[in-house]
Amino acid sequence: MAEPVLSVRGLTKRFGALVASEDVSLDLAPGEIHAVIGPNGAGKSTLIGQVCGTIPPDAGTVRLAGRDVTADGAAARARAGLARTFQVSALAMEQTVLQNAVLGAIGAAGRPWRLWRPALSDRDAVATAEAALTRVGLSDHAASRVADLSHGQRRQLEVAVALTLAPKAFVMDEPMAGLGADGSRGMTALLADLKHEAPILLVEHDMDAVFALADRISVLVQGRVIATGTVAEIRANAEVRAAYLGEDA
Amino acid sequence: MSERWVTLAALAALLALPLWALAADEPFTITLATRAAILALAATGLNIALGTGGLVSLGHAAFFGIGGYAMGILASHAQTFAPLSLGPWEVPGTQSMPVIWLVAIAASALAALAIGALSLRTAGVYFIMITLAFGQMFFYFATSWRAYGGEDGLSIWVRNGFPGLNTLVPIQFFGLCFAVLLLAMLLHGRLIRAPFGLALDAARQAPARVLAVGLSPYRLQLAAFVLSGAITGLAGALYADLNRFVSPAMLSWQMSGELIVLVILGGVGRLAGPLIGAGLFVALEHWLGGATEYWHAWLGAILLAIVLFARGGIVGLLTGQGDRRG
Repeated sequence: MAEPVLSVRGLTKRFGALVASEDVSLDLAPGEIHAVIGPNGAGKSTLIGQVCGTIPPDAGTVRLAGRDVTADGAAARARAGLARTFQVSALAMEQTVLQNAVLGAIGAAGRPWRLWRPALSDRDAVATAEAALTRVGLSDHAASRVADLSHGQRRQLEVAVALTLAPKAFVMDEPMAGLGADGSRGMTALLADLKHEAPILLVEHDMDAVFALADRISVLVQGRVIATGTVAEIRANAEVRAAYLGEDA
Repeated sequence: MSERWVTLAALAALLALPLWALAADEPFTITLATRAAILALAATGLNIALGTGGLVSLGHAAFFGIGGYAMGILASHAQTFAPLSLGPWEVPGTQSMPVIWLVAIAASALAALAIGALSLRTAGVYFIMITLAFGQMFFYFATSWRAYGGEDGLSIWVRNGFPGLNTLVPIQFFGLCFAVLLLAMLLHGRLIRAPFGLALDAARQAPARVLAVGLSPYRLQLAAFVLSGAITGLAGALYADLNRFVSPAMLSWQMSGELIVLVILGGVGRLAGPLIGAGLFVALEHWLGGATEYWHAWLGAILLAIVLFARGGIVGLLTGQGDRRG
């Protein structure tokens, strides 16, 4: 297998007596979607926090494109090419769609310190932002305020802002959350296409989407990875069925 | 009415009033307009932190007062011809406004850097309380600083000079203050639309997003706080020059509160908010204050009405966009 883009080894995090992550290891290979599934409280959000740099792990390492980024904060990891989307949209609601996307381009270029020339006159940043909006199908809404968007459009904008970073890897926290059937289908098609640009670590509750998209699945239960494998392997795994899928299947 | 027109109309009104007063030979009205312009400048500084940055500072009187004392200290040494000793160096005082302004800006920016670096590690109510505490530290220091008047403050006999102007002529001093206010508002207006303003505004609304695109909300907010403190400090130097007097009152928490009131009255985060708030404040203080000692009660009633029914302040009412910024 090719050198993994994102490599997580032995991540452990305790909150008092609660073990949120225990010796979690997983890889994200080029061109793949690696889904992380698990019941509520399995430690998926804590894992994402540790991968993205908002939660410091007690032990373990995170490597991005071969470089150890464990000691880096969230901003440094974003600049290094790790783009995340949030479970609950984290967008500047009073700003326009284009402004939100331009912010991503400004951050990626590391140029927030300009005080005088308007951000929207920065042609490179605007071009990057517009390309990302076109990619997710939001170019008609560039001038809309985020507060006026539908929930589904905000989910699309989350992905667009991540795209403006020209990332090496995506980390997506439940991109399907709250989407209807149509929205889910659209997002599924978009992610299937995006993985060729950068691989996606996908945390998702929507099992139809996970089984349609994932090249590999890791199952997290009580902070531990109990199984990793292809869709077929995971569907067939007795331990997984008992611990998790059994409830749904 | 668009926000741009509200801003231009407010500036035009502030410019027209003293020109009318000049023609009608009403010098006191010119002084009132100057006072409004200087308070608007101080509140414009605060508005960058409070409005655009979302940083509710209850300690901006510290910067206002530091600017005032920068003027008072330099000018008092100049008028007694006693050099100012800074450890091994002896520096003469000065009555030159440009020099005083630079010192006021540098000193208040430095104080804002120190206060901001510590305060910005907290948020919400804690940020309000810690900025208040820092403000009070400066206040009590000034009240016990005997060398510069302590509680009684410092009087300056002659207003400081500006090259090419006679600052003792009220309309000329007004023009100078108006020009500085105009520059500060221009800077704020450009900044809001620039990458820095965009990122700062996003850090107020969604700090996690700013972090996720590789920027540090802390550094953006610290830079805004320093810029904000520097502008309020410059206003403090002008305010002291207007009154030819500086005292610990400039550093009091009531002063910090008054600056916040000006911004809320006019419109938080709105370019013309501080100007309209300061204009209204000075007008009420003069007219209502002449009629009743209890004019603050009326100010309180107006403030209450605005907070309850017009979140965007007077600018929000005029633009009909109380919930959004232009």
